[in-house]
Amino acid sequence: MSVRVSVSITVNGEIKEREVESRLLLIHFLRDELGLTGAHVGCDTTNCGACTCHLDGEAVKTCTVLAVQADGSDIVTIEGLAQNGSLHPLQEAFWEHHGLQCGYCTPGMIMAGADLLKRNPDPSEDDVREALEGSLCRCTGYHNIVKAVQAAAQAGQSREVAA
Amino acid sequence: MIPVEFEYAAPDSLEEAIDALVQGGEDAKLLAGGHSLLPLMKLRLAAPTMLVDLRRVPGLRGVERADGTLRIGAMTRHADLEDEPELGLISHAAGLIADRQVRHRGTIGGSLAHGDPASDLPAVLLACEGSVGVEGSDGTREIPAAELFQDYLTTAVGEGEVMTEVRLPALTDYGFGYRKFTRRAEDWAMVGVCALVKADNGTCEDARVGLTHMSSVPLRATAVEEALRGSALDADSIARAAEAAAEGTGPPGDLNATPEYKRHLARVLTRRALEEAAGLTAA
Repeated sequence: MSVRVSVSITVNGEIKEREVESRLLLIHFLRDELGLTGAHVGCDTTNCGACTCHLDGEAVKTCTVLAVQADGSDIVTIEGLAQNGSLHPLQEAFWEHHGLQCGYCTPGMIMAGADLLKRNPDPSEDDVREALEGSLCRCTGYHNIVKAVQAAAQAGQSREVAA
Repeated sequence: MIPVEFEYAAPDSLEEAIDALVQGGEDAKLLAGGHSLLPLMKLRLAAPTMLVDLRRVPGLRGVERADGTLRIGAMTRHADLEDEPELGLISHAAGLIADRQVRHRGTIGGSLAHGDPASDLPAVLLACEGSVGVEGSDGTREIPAAELFQDYLTTAVGEGEVMTEVRLPALTDYGFGYRKFTRRAEDWAMVGVCALVKADNGTCEDARVGLTHMSSVPLRATAVEEALRGSALDADSIARAAEAAAEGTGPPGDLNATPEYKRHLARVLTRRALEEAAGLTAA
């Protein structure tokens, strides 16, 4: 038992071992310890979703997870989404459909969208809006974000058909 | 926002968790998904000196069905329940909590043990007449829903006890509905209503109504239940019965709603939840 705890967390495929304060939040571990500043601190109160990353394959708000709770887990941040230099279909679609203005919510939005597409590769507009209820955007009115997620779903579907 | 410093332990067994909790004294707290506790700690409204994390304790997650009862491990997450719609009411209600990110972390045991009157599952447990199983150094005991919630953020779970299981009668012959009113899609309920009805040839054989956030603890709307039992299960009788939803309640006023507005919400949401439970409207 200690206020400082050793953790081993796989982040974007690399094992990171650190000794952290037990009270360190996962978002600060990612941003301040590892320099991965893609995920943002927005509201810091589990509302806005700007800090959303994947923990063991599922979207979570990293402002409300302690780094010690993620010990032994697999984290993927927005920085880990592109593979071999190619943007993830969601990243392409947000670009193509102008799914952002200031960009602050975008990393969390994309991680929440990626979580949805894993569970439901062919979501309706309602499905998308419901899945993004935990991510707030103050610029776009959500319209282009929803279009982008649906476009990415279609791109994923056509890729599966082609394969 | 950064919580106050605390000692941390993540034991590998329930026995060790109980030991750590007892040794940690009155300011030790259990950590499940942390989605009720950590926000309070960040705001420094709570400052436990020790957290005992249950994430490594085996056997606390998953759902078993036995003799008409659902036995749900206390560390089962809202998303786990949401993804099993055949569980009925508890799956439906769990899927309405906050947002998917939160449901990936929040647990049924954590939510019930926290005892927040604005959270959704306490009223569900109460309406189902379920119970929770707890284990401490003196052994195990069962706490019925009606005795579990004692006051705002206060439950009958003892200081050295761990909630291990939630037991819900399956109530497969009941229709169900859960309605709540929130300022934002993901927000806490200003008022929420859980309704269960059992129909027999268009007559209401039994009705259960649980109210969220109409007091410092979840409540049963017994006047509504009594009004509906034995009457026709149609829109008119439901509307008449729902008028009694706020009887005997003392809802706390807050920034979002006066007590009178909450009583209004209780009547409207009770009608809608009962209509949903009776199959008159879709969820």
